[in-house]
Amino acid sequence: MSDADDDCERMTPSRRAVLGAAGALFAWSFVPKFAYAAAGARDPRFVLVVLRGALDGLSAVPPIGDPDYAGLREDIALTKDGADAALPLDGFFYLHPAMPNLARLYAAGQASIVHAAATGYRERSHFDGQDVLESGQGGPGKTESGWLNRLIANLPPGETVSRRGVLGVGVVPPLVVRGEAPILGWAPPRMPRAGADLMTRLSDLYGQRDPGLARALAQAIETEGIAARRGMSGEVRGGQGPDSAEGMKRIAEGAAGLVGADDGPRIAALAFEGWDTHANEGGAKGRLAQLLGGLDGALATFEQGLAPVWKDTVVMVVTEFGRTAKVNGTVGTDHGTGTVAFLVGGAVKGGRMIADWPGLKPEQLFEKRDLKPTTDIRAVAKGVVSELFGLSGPVLAEKVFPGSGGLAPIGGLVG
Amino acid sequence: MASPADLRANRVGLQRFGLGFRLGQPAEIVERAREILIAEVRPGGVAQPSGVPFSGAAETGAALYAFEDQERVEREARRVAALPGQPVQVAAAPPAANQNQMAQPAKAPNQPALPYRTYRDEVMARTRLALDAETGFGERMVQFWSNHFCIGATKSNMTRIMAGAYEREAIRPHVFGRFEDMLVAAESHPAMLDFLDNRLSIGPGSPAGKRRGRGLNENLAREILELHTLGVSGGYAQADVTNLARIITGWTVVGREAVLGFPGSFAFNAGLHEPGPQPLLDKRYEQPGKAQGLAALGDLARHPATARFIALKLARAFVADEPPSAVVGRLESVFRETDGDLAAVSLALLQSNEAWSAPPTKIRTPQDFLLASCRALGRKPDFGQVVGPLTAMGQPFWQPGGPNGYPDSNDAWASAEGIKTRIDVAAGWGRQAAGSVPDPRALTEEILGPLASAETRAAVARAESKPQALALLLMSPEFQRR
Repeated sequence: MSDADDDCERMTPSRRAVLGAAGALFAWSFVPKFAYAAAGARDPRFVLVVLRGALDGLSAVPPIGDPDYAGLREDIALTKDGADAALPLDGFFYLHPAMPNLARLYAAGQASIVHAAATGYRERSHFDGQDVLESGQGGPGKTESGWLNRLIANLPPGETVSRRGVLGVGVVPPLVVRGEAPILGWAPPRMPRAGADLMTRLSDLYGQRDPGLARALAQAIETEGIAARRGMSGEVRGGQGPDSAEGMKRIAEGAAGLVGADDGPRIAALAFEGWDTHANEGGAKGRLAQLLGGLDGALATFEQGLAPVWKDTVVMVVTEFGRTAKVNGTVGTDHGTGTVAFLVGGAVKGGRMIADWPGLKPEQLFEKRDLKPTTDIRAVAKGVVSELFGLSGPVLAEKVFPGSGGLAPIGGLVG
Repeated sequence: MASPADLRANRVGLQRFGLGFRLGQPAEIVERAREILIAEVRPGGVAQPSGVPFSGAAETGAALYAFEDQERVEREARRVAALPGQPVQVAAAPPAANQNQMAQPAKAPNQPALPYRTYRDEVMARTRLALDAETGFGERMVQFWSNHFCIGATKSNMTRIMAGAYEREAIRPHVFGRFEDMLVAAESHPAMLDFLDNRLSIGPGSPAGKRRGRGLNENLAREILELHTLGVSGGYAQADVTNLARIITGWTVVGREAVLGFPGSFAFNAGLHEPGPQPLLDKRYEQPGKAQGLAALGDLARHPATARFIALKLARAFVADEPPSAVVGRLESVFRETDGDLAAVSLALLQSNEAWSAPPTKIRTPQDFLLASCRALGRKPDFGQVVGPLTAMGQPFWQPGGPNGYPDSNDAWASAEGIKTRIDVAAGWGRQAAGSVPDPRALTEEILGPLASAETRAAVARAESKPQALALLLMSPEFQRR
């Protein structure tokens, strides 16, 4: 194809280096793979972590090998040498120094990083961006259900995964779990729990008068039962929210406890907050570094909490979009487009950067402003769930990610 | 005498538009609910809370700067004292930068620091007002607009200490006034300028921009267009965001040096403002200085997309997640015809038969649940009894997760974990109130009246204890939905 040839001719040295380092992974473009066999072979777990506020992928996974990176980032640019050096990944990309656990998992072949990734959304509203990310739709405005809920709803009935429902962590469940399939709910307890007798009486009352409340309560009771059997109920703590390292750890502990239970849900979604770094974002230290450290700690918590089933686990970390390539007037970054996604877990075929790197020169940026997205997050998600849960192409393309038939799942992400 | 059907509708109306029936409230309020609700729409705004720690944002800001200066002094003293071989010295306070600066009272033992203390006192002042309100329609409108133009108290010391002052200054005076006035008051308030970073934004071509090489921050401009006026599908582009950001450069907060006014108050700093005319949507703004931003906000306030966006959001908040289109259409046309007169828009809502007759489907938000429960049980909660349950249920005052404010839909609040937490909270309230409420069955009649179903009456009557009976009342579908 002449277009592809043109692309190759225009390829920058840095892009060539990345393609070389990434090896054969571009095979996915041509051979969509549907791993039916994998479904029966394991009892898979999938945890989706949504970072709310648009993570700066260029700081989380800095392309220090790109000659234009340091100039764009000025005061917040990370370096590969010095006291707070970024952690090496493949010689072109580095990892933020606040993420040693992710670096360790990457080195152990249990983490892959997708760069220059985005959903199909190209505007810059956080809230629409999150809706697109979580609804699994091509554009905003369709928020009746989320793609994880539809994933469960479209699995063959009676399978372990579909029977258990999808777990939404937090008092307000994320859109990605909402929909017709059963939704379990859990949040770190902040109040003493009400007695079982009150629950029974309210279940009766709702059963007679209010089907919506009856369903919600039944699902809450089910989750509490699992938590109780795992020894998780009881301790009530005030504590910090989902925008702090401590809060992230507690949420990860709870989610791991429930997803790791034999009778628990196999799929969960949760959100960490506070990633909207408009001003004083910081470089190796500072606000973003604290958040990345919190996320890194949460990943280690998942690894420990899910230890017996870690080999069957994929934790996928995504955000609604990225941030501007250039640092803004207040030593932060504004709303951008391309960013990173992380795949972490024993089931990940890891140790790889997955990036068709577009470059950072002004003409290579999206709208001369943002890292240009070259990999669709939906293709990554489709690849992971098709290999993990054995979903077929048409179901994925029409039900789970509607209208995504032209977007082949990326194969070979799950080992 | 109102018919039984009317009395039932009036109960729903009091819950839908107000904060719920109060223990001991005269029965007249149920008989004449609609006219009493309408009487709360008073041009000139709603009541202001009393007993607040500071009269306004400027006093709050000055106190904050003094507090931070004092903290710095104490930190330095501790650092010096910790050095080996150094004689312990108490450092002297630095000379006040300005005579206007308020003296900082010494911190009492076991008292939280000033920003937290101020936040606490403002929360309690606001709560008292809501518990005492007759129907609570005005307070519900305050909640709505405060959430529409929300700031987040956890962003900084400044937003925490000013959260209450912001609502008192930018929201309350305009709740039954003009939308444009509220818009300008909100976007020019120090709390908003800090929350969405505009105080730091510098026009690249301004004197300061050329000198320092710093520049724009688009955060406030984007949220004005997306969240405060046109709505995300209101027909603007990235270029409009950047242009509006240029237009409002210089809208900032006076620093501790008090160069442009009283510390902590709003200032227009011409030295930060991007010079020259700017395009926005289909117009060109030639005005110099602050007038440029005022003109742009004025046009945004009158834009048809704004009327549409506000009408839908109001109808969703008060009537149903999928509100009757007749209600939305009427609110939109009244907003447009009156140039955003919020008294007229509020009256249109209260006078709409569709808004009154819609079935009660919406679950009360955690804040409304707390206020309605305290009103029903005649409780006067302290700060811990307010902030604890609201944090657990996910809606503490002035602390939304982002500038889009708290959600207002059933799928957000009537979730599995949301309902479970609500039951835990109700069980606690039942235990706390059991001693002061004579008979839960009588209370059910008083609070729910004709709304109480036979099943709810039976559940309350058959409860194993008084605390459990009260929890069942508070968690009944008739109390939860409005």
